[in-house]
Amino acid sequence: MSEWWTYRPSDFLMFAPRTYNRLFELYNTEIWPLQIVAIAAGFAVLWLVWRGLHGRIVAAVLAAAWVFVAWAYHWERYATISTAAPYYAVGFAAQALLLAWCGIRRDGFPFDVPPAPIRWIGLVLLAAGVALYPLLAPLFGRPWTQAEIFGIAPDATATATIGALLLTKSRIASLLALPLLWCAISALTLWTMEAPDVAAPASVLVLGAATAIWKWRQGVTIGRATAGEGR
Amino acid sequence: MPRTPNPDRRTVLAGLAAGAAFGLPSIGHAQLDPLTTRKIPSSGETIPAVGLGTWITFNVGNDPVARDASAEVMRAFFAAGGRMIDSSPMYGSSQDVIGYGLRKLGRPDSLLAADKVWISSGARGPAQIEASRQRWGVPRFDLLQVHNLLSWEEHLPTLLRMKADGHVRYVGITTSEGRRHREVERIMASQQIDFVQATYNVLDRETETRIFPLARERGIGVIVNRPFREGALIRQVARHPLPAWAAEIGCTSWAQFLLKFIVAHPDVTCAIPATSNVAHVRENVGVARGILPDTAMRRRMAEYVEAL
Repeated sequence: MSEWWTYRPSDFLMFAPRTYNRLFELYNTEIWPLQIVAIAAGFAVLWLVWRGLHGRIVAAVLAAAWVFVAWAYHWERYATISTAAPYYAVGFAAQALLLAWCGIRRDGFPFDVPPAPIRWIGLVLLAAGVALYPLLAPLFGRPWTQAEIFGIAPDATATATIGALLLTKSRIASLLALPLLWCAISALTLWTMEAPDVAAPASVLVLGAATAIWKWRQGVTIGRATAGEGR
Repeated sequence: MPRTPNPDRRTVLAGLAAGAAFGLPSIGHAQLDPLTTRKIPSSGETIPAVGLGTWITFNVGNDPVARDASAEVMRAFFAAGGRMIDSSPMYGSSQDVIGYGLRKLGRPDSLLAADKVWISSGARGPAQIEASRQRWGVPRFDLLQVHNLLSWEEHLPTLLRMKADGHVRYVGITTSEGRRHREVERIMASQQIDFVQATYNVLDRETETRIFPLARERGIGVIVNRPFREGALIRQVARHPLPAWAAEIGCTSWAQFLLKFIVAHPDVTCAIPATSNVAHVRENVGVARGILPDTAMRRRMAEYVEAL
């Protein structure tokens, strides 16, 4: 791309906000009632992480969520209006593989006991991805049918995953890179669309990245992971 | 002084026929001013000065409601006498949506199908063009352009060969937002192209200084993209009242004002505003009817908008 410096983010927005929102509406209609399963799985993850139990199950659910979004959302639907979507699909599939690999390795998906603020931020982000994100569409005046649900829609899935990962050992917190990158891409997309809900992925990006850096700087449990913590 | 358009009879009749075919009542046509048309310099063929762009607006994916809405925009466009529809493989699902509309409406003979080749590899250009043609569902494109000059050295010989073989009627190049104008000028000066597509509107007037005169000199038609800066220009001026003197050139809205400014430039062959709104497409094509501003009025229009 020549004269790349003359391009603005809006030059890459190739669909109208209405088209983007309708994509979720049609997607939700086509896969119904899978949303019930996804919401139940999301709350199960929230409860397991809250209790620090069954890390491998948490990793498996998160991996399943990412691979489903990669295929059903990015590849099958978003790609009809975005030439970048196939690349997003590959990124989401790669995240699913990473999560699955963490889940099946010897020490599983080890939960951490970070300082209270980090723990609470992680839980809040996880809860936001599972319980708050579906409410954003109606809160911003769009129909319920456009709700973004954990395991179905990318932003909710990334938000919940960032929350869960903040509660794991630092050495697998590197898995945060792709979810945070997605939050940046989503925030940029919504910003160019002048969508009011840009605050959601932007907040998750800032809060998630800042908390991850904070946790890393504190050296919380780095190198102190012990076997058998993949409870 | 404002000036009135000078359409040729064939275009007026084509407009009337298209209107009848697409459901406009004949009494309405009897009362309409004739459509402003421009000659394509390389052939002498006349086309209406307002076409239909499809960037963003027609990229609606598989949404059946939005696809039907796009087809209605096309119906209104043809009924109003419009001919040129422009798209690109870069526009997501826009080509498929045009094809859907053409199948639904029945492809009118008046259609001037304009598309682009947009791929780095010159060798893969023909395959992309063929895929685009199938998406549109047309026997051939009327106009093929090298999108944003991407690999133009490789694509242009292919397009010119296609033209020589009768597989396309016109060949062109495109740019937007003032990018690579030097290179555009070099191609215009050295290659046998029929059209150049570039950005021009009341605030973006760089094309006036070199591209337009060169196009006139070389007998190259000018297609104008981003007439409303993707709607941003209308949103920008809409906060202000339309000047009272806009009525002298028949403008009752900012969209008409902005589009008349472009269409009235004698070097512009066709402006291609994009819309997903039936009322807006009627208004856009309607700009090519009735009074157009003269040079003095156009200067006044530009100064007024610049001062807002």
